[in-house]
Amino acid sequence: MSMKPDASPIAYDRADARVRADTGLAGAARAFLDRIRSGDLGILPVVVGLILISVVFSTLNPVFLLPNNLVNLLFDAAAVGFISLGIVLILLLGEIDLSVGSMSGLASALVGVLWVNMGVPLPLAILAALSAGAAMGAVYATLLNRFTMPSFVSTLSGLLALLGMQLYILGPTGSINLPYSSFLVRFGQILIMPDWMSYGLALVPGLGILWFGFRQMRARAAANLSHASASVVLVKAGAVTLLLEGAVAYLNLGRGVPFMFVVFVLCVAAMQYALTRTKWGRSMFAVGGNIEAARRAGIKVKRIRLTAFMLGSSLAALGGVFSAARLATASQQAGTGDVNLNAIAAAVIGGTSLFGGRGSAWAALLGVLVIQSISNGLTLLNLSSSLRYMITGAVLAIAVIIDSLARQSRASHGRA
Amino acid sequence: MAVNDASLAPAREPILRLRGITKTFGAVSALSDIDLDVHAGEVVALVGDNGAGKSTLIKILAGVFQPTSGTIEFMGRPASIDSPSAALTLGISTVFQDLSLCENLDVVANLFLGQELSPWALDEVQMEVRAWQLLGELAARIPSVREPIASLSGGQRQTVAIARSLLLEPKIVMLDEPTAALGVAQTAEVLNLIERLRDRGYGVILISHNMDNVRAVSDRIAVLRLGRNNGTFTRDATREQIVAAIMGADDNVAARRDAIERTRAQQ
Ligand SMILES: Nc1ncnc2c1ncn2[C@@H]1O[C@H](COP(=O)(O)OP(=O)(O)O)[C@@H](O)[C@H]1O
Ligand SMILES: [Mg+2]
Repeated sequence: MSMKPDASPIAYDRADARVRADTGLAGAARAFLDRIRSGDLGILPVVVGLILISVVFSTLNPVFLLPNNLVNLLFDAAAVGFISLGIVLILLLGEIDLSVGSMSGLASALVGVLWVNMGVPLPLAILAALSAGAAMGAVYATLLNRFTMPSFVSTLSGLLALLGMQLYILGPTGSINLPYSSFLVRFGQILIMPDWMSYGLALVPGLGILWFGFRQMRARAAANLSHASASVVLVKAGAVTLLLEGAVAYLNLGRGVPFMFVVFVLCVAAMQYALTRTKWGRSMFAVGGNIEAARRAGIKVKRIRLTAFMLGSSLAALGGVFSAARLATASQQAGTGDVNLNAIAAAVIGGTSLFGGRGSAWAALLGVLVIQSISNGLTLLNLSSSLRYMITGAVLAIAVIIDSLARQSRASHGRA
Repeated sequence: MAVNDASLAPAREPILRLRGITKTFGAVSALSDIDLDVHAGEVVALVGDNGAGKSTLIKILAGVFQPTSGTIEFMGRPASIDSPSAALTLGISTVFQDLSLCENLDVVANLFLGQELSPWALDEVQMEVRAWQLLGELAARIPSVREPIASLSGGQRQTVAIARSLLLEPKIVMLDEPTAALGVAQTAEVLNLIERLRDRGYGVILISHNMDNVRAVSDRIAVLRLGRNNGTFTRDATREQIVAAIMGADDNVAARRDAIERTRAQQ
């Protein structure tokens, strides 16, 4: 090939005169605005949503924004967050799992029965709960792969079957208390990161942006491709660090940053990596975008579905274990009510499309913050669960409408 | 008029040599006793009426179907193409009529779909460089490889699909109706691409319904009729001759209609 990376003075991707070369900070800002206008909303709805929620709820009850209430909110968010992270995977394929609530309930019941009632060591009990999740996911994937049973139907049957199993293994007493002195319950209720550790950890994302940003700049420059300017990377890293350190400082005015939430965030980061930087993740998006194309490209579609459903249900089970830890109990109510809808709504609010092929792991994190804020705020107002359900239902409907509108706008702007 | 295959074909060895390919689906014989040669740097058009067996033949070469009988020689050696991936490793790649691109992914991701570099830590930089090189080889005009496919025109999508077929460095590229959905300018763009493929030494098999396109870019035109060879033409053959071979008689409705329209157009 005659084209050597350093042979031409113009970067490969800047050779076409029709492409506007967005350089520097102003360029980055302009590209961002363009994206929003074309319906590629990114995290904008979430940011707007969070600001609105904070204003409304703190006016109604000033407790809402107090540091300790936010700490509680983060404790609560981790459990639903894991379920939502699993939902993101399923939605990316354009499928749905309506049984994640029941799955989480069954998982908490399993931990209660195995660990408290039968004396199985805690790690084994948790492992059993996760395996149950993986097995259920495998069942859904098989029903879809072998019998082309829509996931909507199989998981709806699963919802009932799993709930039945939960009630069955809990027996007539209906609830099992988890010991308060145990690690699991302390993890779910009181374990807080020491100040120095939380401040240190809040530096990591910024440093990561610097490290990867500059590494990518060098690699792209060496390959004769256009690259972000140093100022953009610096500003990004600075903004993220300021935001995180500020949030940590505020939370540290109260009890501090819950370990449970940090574990959740780390899992989200790992999933984000898997989705965007591995062949598996690319295949997930391809299957969700055009299943026939994925198949012809040699992607093992059935295997991708299997991994997605198994991971999805396992994450739901993990969410169930976390919520048992949070409540210090495994009960018949676990996983029922609005859990399903909250998890799905969180994924959609965070920007995961119900139509498949679009979304990110961050969606679970951002969306669950919105959903949990609403739920927390309504609880502070002493609203009954009947009203909470209605409001959460409306929020999900709005999120789906925004998703559909953004999709239409993207289609008319040719952005998929 | 129709001539013997051997007399037309250049003297050198073909890359692909089909002899006596037959394919039956139950009682239907979709292909009977098909012979076809494809050389390096040659565009062979495959034409025929609906149901003539063109797609079936392409699918046999793409590893989707197995022939009922007959032999396939690739680079002088007998080959069996028992799966799509076998076809790809052998060096036969296919651009299907519906293109098979993921609209939600960008150009780079589509080009490398299923063939990503370093699966556990995708090498986006190397993939992007290779993407520009592939597109450069085709002198293709794609403004940005980081835009989702949804933002590209039909011709640009076809270009991406063709570039994608070159990723594994095939010997033969098969194109099923590459211009069917395109406007005039974009059709011209794709015809240019096909000529560039030939100039780069690929063997090209082109399926098209558009006689003008076929005669513009093909070195040889193989006609299938009811699953049988019905003559091979050079590009000098008249449109009427080819249409007649497609329809199966020198004197028939389509040929006469075609002749009338051509005279009208000339007046
Ligand atoms: N999978 C199949 N099963 C049964 N018959 C088929 C199948 N594929 C093609 N055929 C038959 O083979 C014949 C040739 O079809 P095809 O190759 O699609 O024609 P063309 O692409 O030239 O229009 C047709 O009669 C069609 O009905
Ligand atoms: Mg056909």
